[in-house]
Order: sequence, then C-alpha cells, then structure tokens
Amino acid sequence: MAKVPVQFTLNGSENAEFIESGTTLLNALRDKIGDTSPKGGCHQGTCGACSVIIDGELKLSCLTLAETCNGADIKTTAGLAEGGVLHPLQRAFLDAFATQCGFCTPGMIMAAKVLLDRTPNPSREDVVDALSGNICRCTGYEPIIQAVLVAARANSRTAA
Amino acid sequence: MSLALQTFSSVKDANTALQAPGTRYLGGGTLVVRAANEGDVSTSSLVRVTDSGFSQIAVAGGKVRLGASVTMAAIASHPELAALTPAARAIGGPAIRNMATVGGNLFAPAPYGDFAVALLALDATVVTEDGETPIEAFLAGRDTSRAIVTAVGFALPKTESFRFLKVSRVKPKGVSVLSIAALLQLAADGTVVSARIALGCMADRPIRAAAAEKALLGCKLTPREIAPALAAAGEGIAPITDPIASAWYRAEVLPVHLGRLLSN
Ligand SMILES: Cc1cc2nc3c(=O)[nH]c(=O)nc-3n(C[C@H](O)[C@H](O)[C@H](O)COP(=O)(O)OP(=O)(O)OC[C@H]3O[C@@H](n4cnc5c(N)ncnc54)[C@H](O)[C@@H]3O)c2cc1C
Ligand code: FES
Ligand code: FES
Repeated sequence: MAKVPVQFTLNGSENAEFIESGTTLLNALRDKIGDTSPKGGCHQGTCGACSVIIDGELKLSCLTLAETCNGADIKTTAGLAEGGVLHPLQRAFLDAFATQCGFCTPGMIMAAKVLLDRTPNPSREDVVDALSGNICRCTGYEPIIQAVLVAARANSRTAA
Repeated sequence: MSLALQTFSSVKDANTALQAPGTRYLGGGTLVVRAANEGDVSTSSLVRVTDSGFSQIAVAGGKVRLGASVTMAAIASHPELAALTPAARAIGGPAIRNMATVGGNLFAPAPYGDFAVALLALDATVVTEDGETPIEAFLAGRDTSRAIVTAVGFALPKTESFRFLKVSRVKPKGVSVLSIAALLQLAADGTVVSARIALGCMADRPIRAAAAEKALLGCKLTPREIAPALAAAGEGIAPITDPIASAWYRAEVLPVHLGRLLSN
C-alpha cells in the first residue's frame, strides 16, 4: 500500500514519518515513533487507554487516522515529566496508589490533564465526568479521583 | 487493517470519489474506524472533506445550521445552543464527544444516534449537494444514500419547549436503553398545541411516536391527561435487542420514561 507523509508536533518536537495510509494514530505513535505511552486496550473507543491530547482536545488515538493529524500538536503522557521531575498528576497518581497495573494510567492522566488545564479547581463531579470515558480494572476508581483532586490542590498552591 | 484515506477540499470531488465500491465517508471515525479495527473489510477506502464550512455553527434569525463535522463537544459548549446541550452531552465520554460528528450521528445504528433523535424531534433538514431533505425521509433512506451530508438546519427551539432524555445503565456515559426528544408548544393555559416526539432504540433508527403526538393535542401535561398518549407510545415500535436491554424491556419502560419527560 502507498505510503503517505505525516508531520506533527509530538510533545514539543517535530516528527515526520512515512506511514501506510489508514494507519491509526495509536499504531503510528507506538510502532513508528516509539512512544508507547498510549496503550491499545480495546481499539474500539471504549476503554480510553489510548487517549492523547490533539490541539488541546482529548481524543482517542485508536479511532484517529494519523494522516488527519498533519500539522497538529499532539501530547502524550510520555511528554509530561520535565527534566526528570514528574508532573504533579503523575506524582499524585503514585502517591495515591492510583496506578496499579498501570495500563489505564496514561489515558487517565491525559483525561485529567485536559480537565485541569481548563478547570484548575474541579469538583469531584467534574473529575468523574472527565474520566468517564476511561476504564480501570484495578483501582476501583476512587484512588484515581482522589489523585486528580490532590494534583489540582497542589497546582493551585503553586499558583498562589 | 488496510484502509486508504483520500482527502478533498471540495464536496463535489469527494462525492465523485465516494461512488467507488468499498468507499465510505470519514466523519469523526468513531464508528467507521472502529469497524475497521474490528475486522470489517467491507470498507477499503475512506473519503473526507476539509472544507471549513463543515465545522461551522451558525445561529441567526432563530435558525441554526450545523456543519456536518461539528462535534458533540462543540454543540455542548456553544452559548446559543443551550437547548441542545443535554442531547449533545448524552453522547459517549469526553473524548468521544470531541470526535463524534453531527453527520456521523445521522447514520449511527441503534443503540446509537441519540443526537439524531433530537434532530428528528426538531424536524431538521439534512443538506447535501443535491438539496435539502426533511430528516424523517433522510433517515428512512439512509441505507442507500451515497451523498455526503454537508450540514443540518433547524429552527432553534426555546429551551422550555424542547425536552430530551436518555436512559442508560452506566452513568454518566452509558449506551442508550432508549432516548426520547420532544418539541412541545403549549398555549398560555398549558394545553398542548403541537407535539413532535422522537424515539431512539425503538427501531434500528430514530422514529416518531406519531400516535402519542396526536393523543397529546389539547391535553394539559398532567398525569391524568397524558395517560392516553403514554398508552399510545408503543404503537408502531420495534425496539432493538442488544446486551443493554431486550426489545420487551425497552417497550415496557418507554411509557414510564415518556411520562417522566412530559411531566417534568
Ligand atoms: C465508546 C463509544 C460510545 C458511543 N456512545 C454513543 C452515544 O452515547 N450516543 C450516540 O448517539 N452514539 C454513540 N457512539 C457512536 C458514535 O460515536 C456517534 O454516533 C457519532 O456521532 C458518529 O459520528 P462519527 O463522526 O464518529 O461517525 P463516523 O464513524 O465517521 O461515520 C459513521 C457513518 O456515517 C457516515 N458519515 C459520517 N459523516 C457523514 C457525512 N457528512 N456524510 C455522509 N456520510 C457520513 C460514514 O460514512 C459512516 O458510515 C459511541 C461510540 C463509541 C465508540
Ligand atoms: S484502545 Fe482506544 S479506547 Fe480502547
Ligand atoms: S491500574 Fe490497572 S487498569 Fe487501571
């Protein structure tokens, strides 16, 4: 099959690849570019493990064709830590035992990040709503909700 | 998966490309890419249009025009479309709402198509290059329709005259047991002057509850006066059976939920 060029910014750096037409963004990120932080759980849009942020919006990389991302700004959990220092959300997930097997974690963190970017002081209800497209089979969700609320409080303390 | 994507800037060229066998239009991809991931090989080629009008929302003079690529998230956050927020927010989780388009929802088979249920109650028109089609006729013929939908248009309802309800088991984002939309015009004394009611999951696509609409005329929205309409709600329905609910269950609970929607 014919290869097509795609070019986008991934976690701040420029990426240009030739991919097979029809390749999902999830497969392009994992198999071509080597960013394995988005996970392929269901490839059906139901688990949220593949969630990434495209031009500021939460999207499912398993249902997005890579070619439609030309020129886009893509963020994944792999790009969150700065200089070896974990992002407040990553720190909070670890501290709150909100990550067990870890398979859902990158998707959860992406969903939480778009929430906190727009709503720095979310209510518990806001958090539940923001994470409603993401499935976790280990934690029972409560530690994840708590982690997001803790990260939000940590953010507002730094801002103050 | 082997899919080839063709991108066009004009609808005309895209419509021509869409005539090839095995070719489908790509909206947000939440159904069509999902099907490909699941192993559906009936589609080998996808076509999309990058015309910026496809993502535009226009509200003027009491009329709304939603480009076919407008997403559920864009509708839910639009300040002038508050009446439609409940319907747009009822679809999927946040990431799905950022991807799911109006155009795609018109083609979504039950249990999906909740937004199309709202559009059916609003008596929307569906716009293609060939002209405008009333949504009811469009939905009836959608299986053989090959033309790209460019937009939908409808009169902006007053928030108080438009009601929407989706029943699901998982909250806040489960798939529909059923969905109901109603556009009601009431006289000053509260009697129903006109009623248009659309149902989701009561057939393979959104349908109207024509008998219930008729039975509501001249009634006040009290439990006693709406009773005949609720009794008539099941006329002509053929609900779907899926892992969420059986056809029998859906038919049983329809009058209960319609009653709640009407007496709210
Ligand atoms: C996890 C999950 C949850 C979901 N929950 C819901 C829900 O709660 N309620 C609900 O209603 N739906 C739901 N859906 C289904 C789906 O996301 C929506 O129905 C959505 O609106 C479909 O739009 P799309 O743009 O993604 O369609 P696509 O997948 O792009 O297209 C679907 C079909 O429509 C055709 N099509 C799309 N746009 C056009 C156009 N402009 N002209 C001609 N043909 C076109 C395509 O060719 C294809 O056949 C869910 C899906 C998933 C994966
Ligand atoms: S892998 Fe994309 S939603 Fe599950
Ligand atoms: S930590 Fe295992 S799925 Fe969430």
